[in-house]
Amino acid sequence: MVNHPIPSEVANRLRKPKAGHAAIGGSLISPFTLVLGALVVVAMYFLGQRFMYGLGAVTNINNGYPWGVWVVWDVVIATGFACGGYAMALVTYILNRGEYHHLVRPALTASLFGYSLGGASVLIDLGRYWNFWHILWPGYAQPGSVMFEVAACISLYILVLWIEFSPAFLEHFGFKQLKAKLSKVMFVFIGLGVLLPTMHQSSLGSLLVVYGYQIHPLWQTPLLPLLFLLTAVCMGFAVVILEATLAAVGFKRDINAELPMLSKIGKIIMGTVAAYLVIRLGDLVVRGAIFQVFTSGVKSVMFLIEMAVFVYPVVVLSSPANRRKLSKLLAAALSMLTGAVLYRIDAFLVAYDTGPGWHYFPSAPEMLVTIGVIAIEVLAYIVFVRKFPILPGHSSTAAAE
Amino acid sequence: MSITRRNFLRAAASGTAAAAACAALTPGPAEARENHKVPDKAIGLLYDSTLCIGCKACMSGCKEANNLPLEDTIGEKLWDTPLELSGKTYTVIKIYQHGTMANKDKAENGFAHLKRQCLHCVDPSCVSACPVSAMQKRAEDGVVTYNKDACIGCRYCVAACPFGVPQFQYDTPKPEIAKCQLCKHRLAEGKIPACAQQCPTGATLFGSYPALSEEIERRRALKPGEPALFPRRTVDSGDTHERAAPEYVDYVYGQKDAGGTQVRYLSGVPFDKLALPMGLPDRSYAADSETLQHTLYGGLILPGVALAGLVAAAWKGSKDHHDDDDFDMFDHPEGGKHHG
Repeated sequence: MVNHPIPSEVANRLRKPKAGHAAIGGSLISPFTLVLGALVVVAMYFLGQRFMYGLGAVTNINNGYPWGVWVVWDVVIATGFACGGYAMALVTYILNRGEYHHLVRPALTASLFGYSLGGASVLIDLGRYWNFWHILWPGYAQPGSVMFEVAACISLYILVLWIEFSPAFLEHFGFKQLKAKLSKVMFVFIGLGVLLPTMHQSSLGSLLVVYGYQIHPLWQTPLLPLLFLLTAVCMGFAVVILEATLAAVGFKRDINAELPMLSKIGKIIMGTVAAYLVIRLGDLVVRGAIFQVFTSGVKSVMFLIEMAVFVYPVVVLSSPANRRKLSKLLAAALSMLTGAVLYRIDAFLVAYDTGPGWHYFPSAPEMLVTIGVIAIEVLAYIVFVRKFPILPGHSSTAAAE
Repeated sequence: MSITRRNFLRAAASGTAAAAACAALTPGPAEARENHKVPDKAIGLLYDSTLCIGCKACMSGCKEANNLPLEDTIGEKLWDTPLELSGKTYTVIKIYQHGTMANKDKAENGFAHLKRQCLHCVDPSCVSACPVSAMQKRAEDGVVTYNKDACIGCRYCVAACPFGVPQFQYDTPKPEIAKCQLCKHRLAEGKIPACAQQCPTGATLFGSYPALSEEIERRRALKPGEPALFPRRTVDSGDTHERAAPEYVDYVYGQKDAGGTQVRYLSGVPFDKLALPMGLPDRSYAADSETLQHTLYGGLILPGVALAGLVAAAWKGSKDHHDDDDFDMFDHPEGGKHHG
């Protein structure tokens, strides 16, 4: 490889103490990563069974509940968790709040793995996976299908995420010129990186519209796309808070520098969840479904739990003092995430009634595969933040010395 | 559609101003997609529950015609015993039972048969849901077909069907969707679907959609108890048998339900007792879903406008941060003129 002469300005910059992102280094082997590795091996075993004997050999899905946790968790919920990059890009680059930019790259990293694995785990669930390419192939692709919209947007978004993320690689491997060229057009990918999740996160809700009466009126509404979008944005912000906390604890980093930004994010979560609640309940009133809130048995109970965990973050975060405390921010974020997860599980599984005699609860092997996918994601995240400049450099213990 | 003065006044008077405002706010391509119409040369089946004797000749005819394996659900390995549609069964006769089961085709202390199979919707949810055109509705005769070579096995059709018809095969690494295709291979040879061919009483009757509509009207006009003729196999086969006209409930299942179906049902007991969902809207769910998608993504107009706005905002954002030394998510390590 040719050694390009380094422009003096770059040389100066490289000599300056690194003020941006830095790899945190450290060993990749730890008891925690070994456990994760073991979970991945277990998942691989059951995946082997699935590919040898069919989906029924491993999962409990059936013709009454054809979509189980491999769809609802691995795709619908996991991509919601992976909305951190989307949410941060939205405030940082679109609403032009530069102060958040230190949080963008770690959020983007989680998004990258969440979406890449969400996309890959679709293949596990597809019965005729060898035909998967049909979904984007002219002649087969059917644009009237909501599934087509979801698949097209998620595929494109995964590509966009890798491009958005590539500066971290290029930085690591020293392709400075390529990185410079890419940075000139990056705004196009940032725009796409906000548009595509807006489209497919709302479409995950639209998937259920064609189910019609099979989805309980507490969940079935033409506003499903809007409700899924709002909760996805909130999941993104909540995950950023969760991620910053976990990174601080797991890698023994000081979080005080990030706290002011996190409390601002807390305020955004409060506003968005409040809007979601107003729209959700208003829609129930308009459609007259509000009367079923207390009369639908298990579905009512699940609905009320959902409401409770959505109301909690709004109440807690409405106090500015609470927004300055990491513990309160974290509690609100976790409650919000619980609500969004429940909303997705309820809409896709609890509210779904396809007729008498059908039941679904995931089998142990089915859940172990999902856990294995999560383990891969966490492992990949650990490898990346240790090896690549992902986390804000200023607050790492190494930089503080 | 022309708007007459009277219609306009009536609409205004009945307070549809809000709806009109909504329509005005939605973008151009947001015209609601109407239900699909019954094709001109549509064919279908009429299943008359009162004629069915539960002999299941249709089931064995179907298995033979479609090369389907037998199914043993009771562990006796004596008969083909599907309890519902499945990956191995395109049609199944089910029985409603109540009390003493003394009276055929009566809800009280009675029993009645029901033939489960694909209803060949006029505007099918499965076709609208399928992302890879594996489920299709034939334009000429309206048969809802399945192409395994296109299918990716996502099972969205299984979930979306309001009648629980498409069945996925969970017990094989090379699964397909199992579903009645109205014996399209027999139709191609000029034959009629095997179930109608085998039915000894004409309970399952094949015909063109209009001919079946006429037959439905004829039967509904019969005086219960009076002797009447019932054709076998097809409406105009000429092979008829005589029996007392039954007392039908005042409903033709499939006439309008979820946009209508090309397999329609007559029965002596209410259809909700036969596990057919009642109260479905006349508007198809496919039309609902596609109207929503078309409103949001029609011509990619909204996404295009949104993308332009987002890219402009991101471009402005990146300009603003050029001279921010800390800003290195999408770093500018060459420094540029802002770093002087």
